[in-house]
Amino acid sequence: MQAMMEKRAKELLADGTVNRVLGWSAGEFPYDITPAVFETAKELEDAFVYNDFCAANLSKYLVKESRKEGKILVFLKPCDTYSFNQLLAEHRILRENIYVIGVPCYGKADVEKLKAMGIEGITGIVMQNGTYTVETVYGDQTVKAADAMAERCLSCKSKKHVVYDELLGDEGEVDADCNRFDMVEKLEAMTPDERFAFWRGELSRCIRCNACRNVCPACTCEQCVFDNPNSGVSQKAAVTSFEENLFHIIRAFHVAGRCTDCGECSRVCPQHIPLHLLNRKFIKDINEFYGDYQAGADPEAKPPLGTYDKADREAGEGGRH
Amino acid sequence: MQRIGVFVCHCGTNIAGTVDVVAVAKALGQEPGVVFSTEYQYMCSESGQQLMRAAIREHKLTGVVVCSCSPRMHEATFRKAAALEGVNPYMVEIANIREHVSWIHKDMAEATEKAVILGRAAIAKVHLNAPLQAGESPVTKRALVIGGGIAGIQTALDIAEAGFEVDIVEKSPTIGGKMAQLDKTFPTLDCAACILTPKMVDAAQNEKINIFAYSELESVKGYIGNFKAQIRRKARFVDETKCTGCGICTEKCPQKKVPNEFNMGLDNRRAIYIPFAQAVPKVATIDANYCTMMKTGKCGICSKVCGTGAIDYTQKDTVIEREYGAIVVATGFNPIDAKVYNEYGYMDSPDVVTSLELERLMNAAGPTNGTLLRPSDKTHPHTIVFVQCVGSRCDETDERGKPYCSKICCMYTAKHAMLIREKYPDTDVYVFYIDVRTPGKNFDEFYRRAVEQYGVHYIKGQVGKVVEQNGKLHVQASDLLANEQLHIDADLVVLATAIEPDKTARSLGTMLTASMDTNDFFTEAHPKLRPVESPTAGIFLSGVCQGPKDIPETVSQASACAAKVIGVLAKDKLTCNPCVAHSDELLCNGCSSCEKVCPYGAISYSDKEFRGPNRTTLIRRVASVNPAVCQGCGACTVACPSGAMDLKGFSNKQIMAEVDAICK
Repeated sequence: MQAMMEKRAKELLADGTVNRVLGWSAGEFPYDITPAVFETAKELEDAFVYNDFCAANLSKYLVKESRKEGKILVFLKPCDTYSFNQLLAEHRILRENIYVIGVPCYGKADVEKLKAMGIEGITGIVMQNGTYTVETVYGDQTVKAADAMAERCLSCKSKKHVVYDELLGDEGEVDADCNRFDMVEKLEAMTPDERFAFWRGELSRCIRCNACRNVCPACTCEQCVFDNPNSGVSQKAAVTSFEENLFHIIRAFHVAGRCTDCGECSRVCPQHIPLHLLNRKFIKDINEFYGDYQAGADPEAKPPLGTYDKADREAGEGGRH
Repeated sequence: MQRIGVFVCHCGTNIAGTVDVVAVAKALGQEPGVVFSTEYQYMCSESGQQLMRAAIREHKLTGVVVCSCSPRMHEATFRKAAALEGVNPYMVEIANIREHVSWIHKDMAEATEKAVILGRAAIAKVHLNAPLQAGESPVTKRALVIGGGIAGIQTALDIAEAGFEVDIVEKSPTIGGKMAQLDKTFPTLDCAACILTPKMVDAAQNEKINIFAYSELESVKGYIGNFKAQIRRKARFVDETKCTGCGICTEKCPQKKVPNEFNMGLDNRRAIYIPFAQAVPKVATIDANYCTMMKTGKCGICSKVCGTGAIDYTQKDTVIEREYGAIVVATGFNPIDAKVYNEYGYMDSPDVVTSLELERLMNAAGPTNGTLLRPSDKTHPHTIVFVQCVGSRCDETDERGKPYCSKICCMYTAKHAMLIREKYPDTDVYVFYIDVRTPGKNFDEFYRRAVEQYGVHYIKGQVGKVVEQNGKLHVQASDLLANEQLHIDADLVVLATAIEPDKTARSLGTMLTASMDTNDFFTEAHPKLRPVESPTAGIFLSGVCQGPKDIPETVSQASACAAKVIGVLAKDKLTCNPCVAHSDELLCNGCSSCEKVCPYGAISYSDKEFRGPNRTTLIRRVASVNPAVCQGCGACTVACPSGAMDLKGFSNKQIMAEVDAICK
């Protein structure tokens, strides 16, 4: 797949369709992947990669990139296409400056999980028939994909690209029974005190590095309220640790109805806080209150929290408000 | 720093009885920025206002906090008083220590503490208040009346009488509403049609009135003085301008098996029909659900017999857009569906009828030409049982019925009983009631006549069950005064079913952002002092859509409503609310969230140039608010993810300052 993508990118650069390519580049370690913009064939040859460590969602980078001169090629995995559509619906990216190539994804590996298994010196990874073959300096090792896959990929909602100009590889399906709300249901079943204790515990590890916000494709404000001295919430020393925790609650509210459940927040959290559960709770509630809605599935769809319908449930009608 | 004056009102004992007003004035006098604080018996009185004005002069106040009743009562009073002393009216804030404190608390210490806290919040807000200037908006001098029953007709006639144009939108093919279906009217027993149809004709002939019958309101945008409505004119498949109402088509139509809704389904009409002889407009309508031509493409008889070529099977719905200064809701009522009360056998026997069905059975233009006959075998009933309060005055937990009194049933049942005894003296009439309620001019006299002169048997008690047996209706009931069970073999049972707002009211309320109560009656701006206005400016209420009423009350309210509408239309300009939203373009993401939630269409987007880093120019899509259209509801400020939208007079900062002051 990597070779196919690189070939196509070179062709599109050569024929002038695009003048830049947004993809992934390997860092110091093969699993240390960062999003990168490539401007020449040479740069692509040197650094472009696409493997099962390429987890980063590239959509958000288009907010800036699509406003630059010329057209940019972007490679989007199925779940990234939902973010793309959502950004499109919010007028955050300029569609005419973007050429989208959909690329398949069968679930990305979580290097932390591999390391926890004691696998060291990783140099590469290949997935085949539900098994990862991890190449290391000490020779190949095989692990069951389910054991090394990122949590979010284990409950993948869709392997279908909802937007693209061109598709490489096979198109997948939306998985309606992906069980992504299992953990939310567990939290809902807890007593309020238990749930409070759970979140206090999880959020107590937060170091306010802002990685979750910075990576989130729904967090693209020109100026975030947490950076705006006029908002009354920035630059403010937290009175208690609970006030500190509210950062995440406020953020969850800000992205409610717009979050596509891409899971980047939890992926990048250096403290392994399951932040995506907050968003999933909102998604589940929206589905229950206003009918099934997947942000980003259709850029023309009416956002349930941003539109009013006569059939909408009234406050107090039937419970949990 | 503002120089703030605090004025605490006693409101007689309304506030001072529960709140230590002296302590409140003293405590608030200590707040930062407060240079003057006092209390007075009635701040809204002339001398109270003078006191405030003197303090503004003497202490050079820049802001005013009045701790008094709800701002809905006297905010305007105090703003005007401040303005007379040169203080911008929007520098006045009200802390509601009556409705929010004294009226809902009993303990004085607790109430006083809360009053101080609310006063503190208002002071915190005034610190951030800025002077605002109200603009003006023009008024479209035309009214829209939704519903063409007696309420809508009367309101339209009165508005037209004052010289303003009125459109009536009626969903059925003719105006007239429920009153057109009635036989006689209480308490004078004059024929409903005889007094209604002249008004219908008046409306039709009035140059200022446009009747859009067989039409429905599709959407409404805008605000008082400047509404834009889309009206769907449903296809009649008959050209209104050509049809003369001769009725030949309705006689020749071979499709004879269509339930006649005007006669409550007691007989049939044709697929092409005119609901009744005096219909306005008198134009035929094809019922596409039954028309053979529309369904199979074969027939076309009406088209052949029509002398003016008015039939048009290809007619389509059209949507017209009209502008209005004010909107009147006159959507009326319907009886509830009696089939949920099957203990009375409504679904089992055709001889169990509702009161409105009885009206048609007694009406000369009804299915029996005015002779009272049982629907089942077309014989004269000799024993008739009336059951009162079917679905009215029910327990809150009763899902079938309504908690309220439908108000009209006692009187119309007395009317029915009296008319039957008058016309058919050999008939026994029983009325089972919970209470007989007859407040109204000549109402009780009317009811007593039914009992005393006409010998109607009024029995206090409920009917338990009605069962059909050998062609009779076996009525099992209790007489509460005699404390005995009664068994009556009746020929006809009449159910006085509760009335409920028309089903379209709920969605209309949403469309107009006019509030409703739990029973789907429209809420008035004030139950006593503003009974014909909705809390939404420019929306007025006429007739039963606001609550159960009889005809005299409906007509009075309809005229009252017209007076209020005329008050709006007579103005050339309305003062706008300056508390409108505005967007901080530097923060705006251009995401359209605000635009999507704006109920007034006040927000638009444009690409603007901004300075980027290193002397570059960025083009960004940003929102701007049309202040003439914005109504200051604040929906956009909540929807905006970046906090770019803010509301003048109710800024996020002001609200946070109030919250902080309360939580301090």
